Amino acid sequence: MIYDVLIIGGGVTGCCIARTLSKYDIKIALLEKEADIASGTTKANSGVVHAGYASQREYLKRDMCIKGNKMYTQAAEELKFPFQRIGSFVVALEDNQIKDLEEERNNGIQDGILGLELILDKTKIKHMEPNLTDDVVGVLHASSAGIVSPYEMTFALAENAAMNGVNFFRNHKVNRIRHQDYIFELKTQQGVFKARNVINAAGLFASKISKMVGLDYFDIMPRKGEYILFDRNAMHLNKILFPTATKVSKGILVCPTAHGNTFVGPNAQNISDKKDTTTTEAGLKEILEGARKLVPNLPNRASIRNFAGLRAIPNTYDFIIDNTDVYGFINVAGILSPGLTSCYAIAERVTEYLELLGVNMKPNEKYNPNRPKPERFKNFSKEELDQKIRKDPTWGRIICRCETIPEKEILDAIHAPVGAINVDGVKFRCRPGMGRCQGGFCRPRVMEILSRELNIPYQDITKKSEDSYFLVSKTKDELLKKSESGEAE
Amino acid sequence: MKSYKADVLVIGAGAAGLAAAIEVKKAGLKVLIIERDKELGGITLQCIHNGFGLKEFEEELTGPEYAQRFINQVLDLKIPYILDTMVIEITRDKKIYAVNNKEGLIEVSAKAIILAMGCREKTRGAINIPGFRPAGIYTAGQAQRFVNIEGYLPGNTYVILGSGDIGMIMARRLTWEGCTVKAVVEIQPYVSGLLRNQVQCLEDYDIPLITSYTVTKIHGRDRIQGVSIAKVSKDYDRIIGSERFIECDTLLLSVGLIPENELTLQAGATLSNNGGPLVDNNLETTIEGIFACGNVLQVHDLVDMVTSEAKRAGKNVVDYIQNRYDKPIKKEEKIKCVAGENINYLKPNNVNKSDIDSKIIFNFRVTYPDRRVIIQFRDENNKVIFKRKKVYVIPSEMVELEVNLKEIGVETTIKEIRIEIIPRPEVLIEED
Repeated sequence: MIYDVLIIGGGVTGCCIARTLSKYDIKIALLEKEADIASGTTKANSGVVHAGYASQREYLKRDMCIKGNKMYTQAAEELKFPFQRIGSFVVALEDNQIKDLEEERNNGIQDGILGLELILDKTKIKHMEPNLTDDVVGVLHASSAGIVSPYEMTFALAENAAMNGVNFFRNHKVNRIRHQDYIFELKTQQGVFKARNVINAAGLFASKISKMVGLDYFDIMPRKGEYILFDRNAMHLNKILFPTATKVSKGILVCPTAHGNTFVGPNAQNISDKKDTTTTEAGLKEILEGARKLVPNLPNRASIRNFAGLRAIPNTYDFIIDNTDVYGFINVAGILSPGLTSCYAIAERVTEYLELLGVNMKPNEKYNPNRPKPERFKNFSKEELDQKIRKDPTWGRIICRCETIPEKEILDAIHAPVGAINVDGVKFRCRPGMGRCQGGFCRPRVMEILSRELNIPYQDITKKSEDSYFLVSKTKDELLKKSESGEAE
Repeated sequence: MKSYKADVLVIGAGAAGLAAAIEVKKAGLKVLIIERDKELGGITLQCIHNGFGLKEFEEELTGPEYAQRFINQVLDLKIPYILDTMVIEITRDKKIYAVNNKEGLIEVSAKAIILAMGCREKTRGAINIPGFRPAGIYTAGQAQRFVNIEGYLPGNTYVILGSGDIGMIMARRLTWEGCTVKAVVEIQPYVSGLLRNQVQCLEDYDIPLITSYTVTKIHGRDRIQGVSIAKVSKDYDRIIGSERFIECDTLLLSVGLIPENELTLQAGATLSNNGGPLVDNNLETTIEGIFACGNVLQVHDLVDMVTSEAKRAGKNVVDYIQNRYDKPIKKEEKIKCVAGENINYLKPNNVNKSDIDSKIIFNFRVTYPDRRVIIQFRDENNKVIFKRKKVYVIPSEMVELEVNLKEIGVETTIKEIRIEIIPRPEVLIEED
């Protein structure tokens, strides 16, 4: 079987391209090296849909961001992922920063960004965001900025793409690519995949994949960003809060998530190891200190998790979206911030490239842009809830106490197209273990459900990768082993 | 929608809920228990070690045995209960909504509610340990559940952070299973659990206890491969250069318990600084007719103490229904109870002036250990109204004081009682 298009990488970029291309009557597959999609940069970022004023004007990423932002409304409607346009503040704490904000606003308006407003009235600012520091002198308000759950959006994209005929292969790491007679042969441990066109959306490892076809013209550096997440009840923010930016990064944010938690972060640390997602004592301190400049009364005692993500920084500091010299090989690399915002615009551009490459982009007659809305216990009225449980009792068995997640939502997460196969997969799809107890009560129950539904022994259920096992043996096994070898008394 | 009616609804069927329900039923009132787990008994069911019941029954029982004594009474008294049922809402007018998979949505109307939801363990996020986020990090209670209830071992080689009681008990339990516990690491200069557990669970098994140290980094991307630990100063700052690596495949956390009060907040009640609801001397929260007892109110050292507090709550609820319910609310004048020097938190948070001539039980924990101290009560004008000597105080042991305020000369004009722990003024040479 020869695919028309093979996509390497199941992050938000790869999945968005897959879903966009599923509108056409072509054969598509996506290969992901990890046990699940949305496992890399997609899983650990700020989840901010930027308005687009922040990047320098000569960069492609600015253009993609401004376009991509506008495409979110329709995407969220079709795919039913958590997305809210709550608006952002860039906060000036000193008078001399106001002119930077003015410039950003003026350039932004010229470039077609709607809803940009410079606010200097402190009373009005504090009314809009009461948690903000009293030291504020002005803000650039961008009403088109929003918050999204990046991984839930990616799961939604994959689900919808799969509904429309895209094949997903997880745990499929591409080790080698052969290119002969306009056919690419991608070698994985599980076999060889053939395609006429390849899209390289391998994130941090995009340069490695590109080199496999002899294209060695860019580098990707990992830049670490650390975060601290607070309990949902600890603080309620109305706005995404940025400090006035420096050249290196947009600075440390204080921001709500799409589920109403507050987080602080990220810092920006250039590192060399593309797998180093450790948080550090110094980093956590740095982000707390940075965040306190914007919001002095952070709920420190209500932190529930710290984590770090790696941004894929290209040496060009701009998106690399290229129809390359290797005919049929498209690089979608170096998708740094605002990559999440830009993904729909990027996918559109990739579609145009495929047309240029002569792929027969006939519409897929069966294409359905609408993903069924995931049903959530929390959204039901009491009457609806009662009826739901009567029809399906798994609605009435609460597995996660902190987030009130019933068994039914977990079953849906497992049985959805490209569904959950491990504990983190369930957690990121429907939130058991995301709350303040961090899975303390629900984890054994989630493991039990995964074991039953996927027919995997309880002991073999993992957290994320194959090596992230939870249990080593049944009790007494160790003792029996020792007594057999004569070690025990 | 299925609906139930009762005089008293008890939320939680652990040690606290069972004892409180029994007390209410014995007084002839109609009581209903709602429990989220599949059986009665609560967390004591996974505590298969001994040491329970010395106070309550004057004999030594295991956790499940202790629970069974109360379960038997519940059955004998025919107290109705619903299992596998989650309370999802307590409205401000005391309507309770719950769900389970057999009856669907359940509505309960009750004259009074006893909150007995217990507590939960602090997690890694709550103490912000840096490093990777691999599998193999469990709270001590979660590991206890895997080993004692599910019958699985979560790892072979352990480091335990925190010397809470469950952590120390699990150190012994895992050693019995043939596992290696390389160290129990405690950030404070002293053990945070009970002395008897330090002796019986660590010392008796030669398990190293490393105090004034904490875990500073978690190693291993997929499954934990080890931890870095470092010495801390008096102010809990890491001492540079003291870091060392311990290889392990599992990290257990026994770093404290937090009362579980999401429902309490939803009902509109106010919480105090220990995470439990603000209560008066009747264990009534700031919402009339809603009472709290057990670990949801304050984390206790021993289950026997939970039981005695729950019995007290049960009796007070009976009194509420018989004498106060449905009567015009009498505006109670209250004496505020305030934590002073070396008091971490205290219960009750206020005393009704009408109860001044009855025994009031004060419970509190200290912030730091001290020896040869005086427990002192002062009024709002700083006048000392009560003094008692104590040989030592430590944070791991809750102090209980029974005081009749009128007998010690407290007048109803008093507005505030501040409790404090101070060193004894006499300069004495320590005798060994």
